[in-house]
Amino acid sequence: MTYEVFIALKTIVVKETLRFARIWIQTILPSVITIFLYITIFGNFIGDRIGEIKNFSYVDYIIPGLIIMPIITNSYMNVVGSFYSARFQKSVEEVLVSPVPNYIILLGYITGGVLRAFCVGAAVYFVTTFFTELQITNIGFTLLITFLTAFLFSTAGFINAVYAKSFDDINIIPTFVLSPLTYLGGTFYPIEALPQVWQNISAFNPIAYLVSSFRYGFLDLIETDLILSLLIIVSLIVILFSIALVILSRGIGIKN
Amino acid sequence: MENAIDIRDLNKVYRNKVIALENINLSVKKGDIFAFLGPNGAGKSTVIGIISSLVTISSGEVMVFGKNIQKNPEFAKKNIGLVPQEYNLNQFISIEETMINTAGYFGITRDVAKKRLQILFTKLGIWEKRKNTPRELSGGMKRRLMIARALIHEPSILILDEPTAGVDTELRLYMWDFLKEINSRGVSIILTTHYLEEAERLCKNLAIIHKGKIIQNSTMDQVFEMRKAHTYVLKTSQPIKKETAVRGLNFKGIDNNTYEITISDEISVTDIIEKLKLSNINVVSMGSKRNMLEELFMELTKEKTEL
Repeated sequence: MTYEVFIALKTIVVKETLRFARIWIQTILPSVITIFLYITIFGNFIGDRIGEIKNFSYVDYIIPGLIIMPIITNSYMNVVGSFYSARFQKSVEEVLVSPVPNYIILLGYITGGVLRAFCVGAAVYFVTTFFTELQITNIGFTLLITFLTAFLFSTAGFINAVYAKSFDDINIIPTFVLSPLTYLGGTFYPIEALPQVWQNISAFNPIAYLVSSFRYGFLDLIETDLILSLLIIVSLIVILFSIALVILSRGIGIKN
Repeated sequence: MENAIDIRDLNKVYRNKVIALENINLSVKKGDIFAFLGPNGAGKSTVIGIISSLVTISSGEVMVFGKNIQKNPEFAKKNIGLVPQEYNLNQFISIEETMINTAGYFGITRDVAKKRLQILFTKLGIWEKRKNTPRELSGGMKRRLMIARALIHEPSILILDEPTAGVDTELRLYMWDFLKEINSRGVSIILTTHYLEEAERLCKNLAIIHKGKIIQNSTMDQVFEMRKAHTYVLKTSQPIKKETAVRGLNFKGIDNNTYEITISDEISVTDIIEKLKLSNINVVSMGSKRNMLEELFMELTKEKTEL
């Protein structure tokens, strides 16, 4: 990477970071409030009646899933919102007429999404410390899963932004795909507690692998094959990143 | 001399099968101010979009300083500054940030960008507004910002798509001087405009595009030599009587004392006045109906439409 290309990447990353930081009430705060409500209602009021799951209190068991939920949605929404807005205002042309390579444009936007995911993840984790003494057991693995998850969904958000034709279109995937997959991905319950049919269906839900891997990072609890989980996540990243690069090089949705 | 831009056999067909460009061949000399004219929808913006990498090519090639833009996109992009017709500014950040970001995309550090933007903003009269967002600027200021943004990386070619559309006369005159100054520093300029006076004043060479085809590509002087006839508007002290015949002149009445006459270029204005005097027609004032380029433009595009 040349120095000029590095400056271009830095410019996009700084621009994207300032964007979500400037509107933190819209980008960071809602997730913090949501996690507070989830822990209060599910953790305290309902959790005490449920009892323990796999030797962990219910609130401790669901906290990893509650943290990865906003990581998924925020990384996705950051890129889809920002890139679609740039397309809508046509300000994306600023970068398209410049000599920035396509992979740098993509990496710049994805890094913005990843950074927002880390900020939200940290803020949400901070809130959880008021309700539980839960410690992160495997910090390195937890950070790796956070990074991979944010990277994956930022890339997916980019693809959505290219094909979106209106602001309504940027909410369709989060509402009708990501939220159901997250709720059905073992955030609030162990997958093996489901009937066999639903367990089989869950095997095709990538978010189930993310939740269980993240839970391992927090609780040191193995619910799924970690190597298989990593393989699935990395494969999806490679596939989506390649698709996004092809889209950019062909100018789909951004060039006439 | 090496050309700034060479377009060879360029064709563009959009996905909806609309043929936007047909076999375009065009050259812009290095250091030239080149006028690219045509009616709305003729294909001007498509050509500009292709040169600046915003529109894909169906077939043909575009060379910037002898290098194919598809094979050397980085080289082409570094050498081109674009002022698009439509505002394409991020509405939520200050115009200073817009400039720093654009510079960053070209690999220019923040410090260098700040120095350059101060010079450009001061020259274009928007330095005081640097902390404002584009939403807080007038149309003319936005236009100046887009020119400044296109120049932040010091390109060798500046492409302006209708740069003075919607700006007042004073600012237009200022922009003309500004463009001349930039050109004097060796920057080649390609200009599309609806103000044909603008092209006439600034440009030495021009091309006229109509329905996706180049119908004229020559020097401005050659264009004026092609002019077949010229229309004048004259006011007389008294109405011209119907029976008054003036040899070689056809009057078209607009109102009682105002008339249009279209004459061949072989007849001089002095000849006309002489003839009118002989017929006892007292001319109070006389002026050209349109500027010369405008007239030719109308003739050419009309001829092609009729064909």
